[in-house]
Amino acid sequence: MNESSIMAVPFEHYVAVSIILFSIGIIGVLMRRNLIVMFLSIELMLNSINLLAVSFSLYHNDSNAQAFVFFIMVVAAAEIAVGLAMLVMIYRNIRTIDIDALKQLKW
Amino acid sequence: MAAALFYILSLICIVSSLVMIFHKNTMYSVLSLLITFFAVAGLYVTLNAQFLAIVHIIVYAGAIMVLFLYVIMFLNMSNIINFQKSQAVKIAATTTGLMVLLVIIASLSSATFNSDIVANQDIGLAATLGKVIFNEFLIPFEVSSILFLSAMVGVVIFNKKDLIDE
Repeated sequence: MNESSIMAVPFEHYVAVSIILFSIGIIGVLMRRNLIVMFLSIELMLNSINLLAVSFSLYHNDSNAQAFVFFIMVVAAAEIAVGLAMLVMIYRNIRTIDIDALKQLKW
Repeated sequence: MAAALFYILSLICIVSSLVMIFHKNTMYSVLSLLITFFAVAGLYVTLNAQFLAIVHIIVYAGAIMVLFLYVIMFLNMSNIINFQKSQAVKIAATTTGLMVLLVIIASLSSATFNSDIVANQDIGLAATLGKVIFNEFLIPFEVSSILFLSAMVGVVIFNKKDLIDE
């Protein structure tokens, strides 16, 4: 398993895919007012960062970035669990998941 | 062959994530993000991160997406379709996202990457990653288990109604 290989595509293309996915996630968070889709967009952004970390780990021949991706996954899973619990609580109280209904703090 | 695999997988990623943010039905958004996750796992395999690809499928497709689908079905939210937002919000959001893309591209434009790097095939194996995690990241690993525990307690307290009344 020790033989080495050249990457099949230019390294810039991996960077391009991950920044395009990140921008799509930003557009999703800003455009949609549905709480579930906003959470999904946050997940998409975390995934694009993971992809970038893994590709740079291959680029530098270093496993530390892949270990870091594990911790990003852990934090993402905990964040989604708490976020969905908050979503369920919001839905119970105001019977909608439209983020614009929560404007009591807006002056 | 590997190059064609990369382009197909990244096309699937981008198209299904666009479907995710533009589709009106929440259920289809979740399912298309599931397709994105599988394609990202495929991209991990092309990057010699085999173990991470498996973990990615297990954690995201197995746990997180099931959680989303469970919440949608449990609260019967799939029939709440569109919130009829103004066109100006959509245009502003798309412009902002494209601006962010432009800024990142501009900041990366001066960087030069060495494209013919020699990829070590061992860095993504479970043995290598296990050694890295349990040698160098042992304390963060243990702290993350406490993070999970506190998240679990938080979820239970959030959704227990009569805990506050007593």
